[in-house]
Amino acid sequence: MSKRIRKPHPKPRPQPQQPKPRTPPPPTTVSAVEMGARQREISVSEFFTKNRHLLGFDNPRKALLTCVKEAVDNALDACEEAGILPEVVVKLEATSNGGPPPPPSQASRFRITVTDYGPGIVRQQIPRIFAKLLYGSKFHRLRMSRGQQGIGISAAGMYGQLTTGKPVRIISRTGAKAPAHYFEVQIDTKKNEPQILEKKQIDWERHRGTQVTLEVEGRYQKGRASVDEYLEQTIIANPHVKLTYYTPEGETKEFPRTYHELPPSPREIKPHPYGIELGMLLKMLQDTKSHWLSGFLSGDFSRVSPRLAEEICAAARLSPHARPRDIHGQAAEALYKAIQSTKIMAPPTNCLSPIGEKAILAGLYQQIKGESQEKKQIPLAEGEDLQDDDELARVIRYANRVPLLYQQSACAIFKSVLDTTWRTYGVSQSRGALPAGPMAIFVHMASVWVPFTSESKEAIADYDEIRKEITLALRECGRRLGAFLKRRERAQTEYRRRNIFELYIEEVVEACNRLKGGTLATAKLKEQLHKIAMKRTGGEKTDEVLGKKGGGPEGLPHSIIVTPEGVEGEVPVLSSEAPEEAAPPDGSLEEEQEATKPSRLKRRAPRQAKGKRGAARLTQRAKPKRRRKPKVLKPAGRRRSRAARRKR
Amino acid sequence: MARAQRKTHNRVEKKLVGVADVVITAAQRRQDPTLSIPVRSLSNITFNEHKGLIEMGKGKQARSFFNVGMAKKFMQTILVADALCELQRADLTTSLREIYYRTKHTIANSNENTFDAQDESDPVIEDLEVSLEALREELHVRAENGGSVIGPLVLVDDGDRVDCARLGKGGYSVPSIVEPEFLQIKKCTADFVLLVEKGTQWNRLSEDKFWRRYNCILLTGNGQPPRGVRRLARRLHEEKELPVYVLVDNDPWGYYIYSVIKQGSINLAFESQRMAIPKAKFIGLSSADPEHYGLPRNVGIKLNDKDTTRARELLNYRWFQSKGWQQEIKRMLSSGLKYELDALANKDFQYLTKKYLPRKLKEKDWLD
Repeated sequence: MSKRIRKPHPKPRPQPQQPKPRTPPPPTTVSAVEMGARQREISVSEFFTKNRHLLGFDNPRKALLTCVKEAVDNALDACEEAGILPEVVVKLEATSNGGPPPPPSQASRFRITVTDYGPGIVRQQIPRIFAKLLYGSKFHRLRMSRGQQGIGISAAGMYGQLTTGKPVRIISRTGAKAPAHYFEVQIDTKKNEPQILEKKQIDWERHRGTQVTLEVEGRYQKGRASVDEYLEQTIIANPHVKLTYYTPEGETKEFPRTYHELPPSPREIKPHPYGIELGMLLKMLQDTKSHWLSGFLSGDFSRVSPRLAEEICAAARLSPHARPRDIHGQAAEALYKAIQSTKIMAPPTNCLSPIGEKAILAGLYQQIKGESQEKKQIPLAEGEDLQDDDELARVIRYANRVPLLYQQSACAIFKSVLDTTWRTYGVSQSRGALPAGPMAIFVHMASVWVPFTSESKEAIADYDEIRKEITLALRECGRRLGAFLKRRERAQTEYRRRNIFELYIEEVVEACNRLKGGTLATAKLKEQLHKIAMKRTGGEKTDEVLGKKGGGPEGLPHSIIVTPEGVEGEVPVLSSEAPEEAAPPDGSLEEEQEATKPSRLKRRAPRQAKGKRGAARLTQRAKPKRRRKPKVLKPAGRRRSRAARRKR
Repeated sequence: MARAQRKTHNRVEKKLVGVADVVITAAQRRQDPTLSIPVRSLSNITFNEHKGLIEMGKGKQARSFFNVGMAKKFMQTILVADALCELQRADLTTSLREIYYRTKHTIANSNENTFDAQDESDPVIEDLEVSLEALREELHVRAENGGSVIGPLVLVDDGDRVDCARLGKGGYSVPSIVEPEFLQIKKCTADFVLLVEKGTQWNRLSEDKFWRRYNCILLTGNGQPPRGVRRLARRLHEEKELPVYVLVDNDPWGYYIYSVIKQGSINLAFESQRMAIPKAKFIGLSSADPEHYGLPRNVGIKLNDKDTTRARELLNYRWFQSKGWQQEIKRMLSSGLKYELDALANKDFQYLTKKYLPRKLKEKDWLD
């Protein structure tokens, strides 16, 4: 009996005798052979079709944002890499499956068109870039860029294909002399290979550039974490971009370029010895082209000079002339330990392209200033109090110039902000909450390898090193903020004192006049009292400290920059004249090397004055500081491909 | 009479206008306008043992305008002075609360009110009373009508004859201003005055016609007696030479009520002269009574922290230094219990009228 249950055969043997009157259906069991027959490879596209939430397509609203984001990120990366000042047009249209399109707020289908004036894509690469997952130029190099893996745009296309059945349509042209190519592609999810539905040469009015059209299921809603917010925040961090946005409601939003220089092109670098693990070292030893160990160390890593290489070899008790390929096991481990215990300079930071103080301030200033508002004045009844609204600080997060809109609380940046003791700097903060006050905290993490918590790139993973660096930067910002707040507080105390006196002078003079039966020379008495008030509150000096010539409410300037030197002044207004074209990209892209991943954190805490009773809010801003300390993180894989394989 | 009143008006009005002059003169001299106000606290009173009165000392505090801590108070003082002067000129009387409303408004171009609550304006009025040496009645400010009187007493109020022996159980409500100009004592045949802390006991005594039997005047102030009640008791004591007995709860607050009637209060020390009755006697409830009258322990209330602290403060007051009083308070502290007058009802509803007071009066069992 038991045997039968345990081992059923494809052809069941007839039971000799006594068929049971009521045979229970034999429990289905599976043999290893059968199981083996079912085991097969899963293509990455099949995996992501099932798990599209991993890529940020979990709900229609987010999916719409993710599609726009992937297309815009690719456009910007391509333009910057080619040394072209980016100019991007985003168009959202509500569509329907036959019939007139519904109003955007109710529509469930959208056509997204993103056009750039970038370098274009060579014809052969178009299908694979848009319809093959994990295909691209950015994965195998250590250089800061928005995209990292080569999943984004093809996943967006796959999502569109899944929800609307429409292919991705691409028009691309690489130059005035080349023809424009039109493609309609789909992804074969089983094989993770592109299927070309249509391709032809067409006439296109642009000399150069790429246009992607996706049709996806989505929901358009304004407000937090919307397409609109994403584009606005993108502009803050990328003031060198000119963006035109056609909303589904038919509006046209122009975001003009406020900064006319292309950010310095980041260079690719080799890995830093501290940032690799033993397995990676073994692989590098096998793959290297160097014949000597010392040559391998100095040639394949950054910040290792020939002298330092000899030192490491000596520490590991290995010959500098040993063949790298012959180093295995014990020896490799000794080498690894020697590397970790040798003092090596921090990796270079030219692989990063920080946004830059001026550029950030210009972007932020535009955004934050617009939000300050006047409060209404209402006479108060007994027992009533003006409620200071408990507005919390807003954290604006960026990774490699891309705004992060979702999963704030899972992000290392957000956690670092919470960890910082803002009270030390004169900002109120409840336990485990964001600091309170009309204030925005801007954190940009620039790195050759930003570790995200998921493929949808919504939050930065909470590595200790990252957390530590962000916290250090936030503290520095906090110190400057504190210095600024204290200084203003002092001047304001004097100013407030004077205000109190001046407020009461009216009352006192009026009452005196009534007491005297209305025969008092009120103007004279008022003037005398005002003079005394002025004299007793620091006179003209108070006005000077407060910078009463500013155009903001209460005569304060709209913004004040605090630097470590304590210099204060208004935010510089960037010239809006068009400058000359940026230089062509340098040849550093061609380098075929591994590199460590330094990351540079940059942060900024713009600030608004705490709203006094009934007073208007002011926009005040601390000058950003820049941390020059690069971090060593885990290395990425080795770069195999040529620059031509770039994804867009 | 009318002329006499007119005269006070002029005097008080002049004093109030003087406040404005302080501001004007100081401004001309480019100085900080400053009012000097006598300090109304324990630190600035002396106990005159000879007279048995609490008297105000000479301590003054400066209230200046150009001082952030005082600017608002200063402005408020001027505003109240203005309102009081308005009353003088219009010859009206008003209440503390109405003064508050009269002077309250939002300061132009701000969210700030001149006064946020009445407890800001009340002390300012007291400040002015003290610094101008004008009585509250002279400033035309009424206190609450907080007391009742019943007994063989005939008063004339605004020309109306009021016979307090013919007012049923309710008695006559004592007005806040009982100065001879407003209220005259026409006739009084009583032998003594009994001032009761609580309205309930006063009602009991009134209902039982205690006053008729013992020929006395019953007064109550419902707690801390208002000025009208205190002043009326003082007048009866002074003009008709009646002894005054005080019946209060056996707790620190009761003791203090007695001391206010007898020696005057700390806050209004400047009024002791015409309010205090140094010969008033404390008739009960004494901490010795529960034993003498066989009150069970379970009708007592445990002293809480506040009571204990207050009792210790009383022990240090100079007017509680007599041996009898030290004993009285210490006895209460050591028993750890306080007794309300109402507790006497434990024995009988009419125990107070029929047993307690008769025995007290007979045995002359009181504290001085």
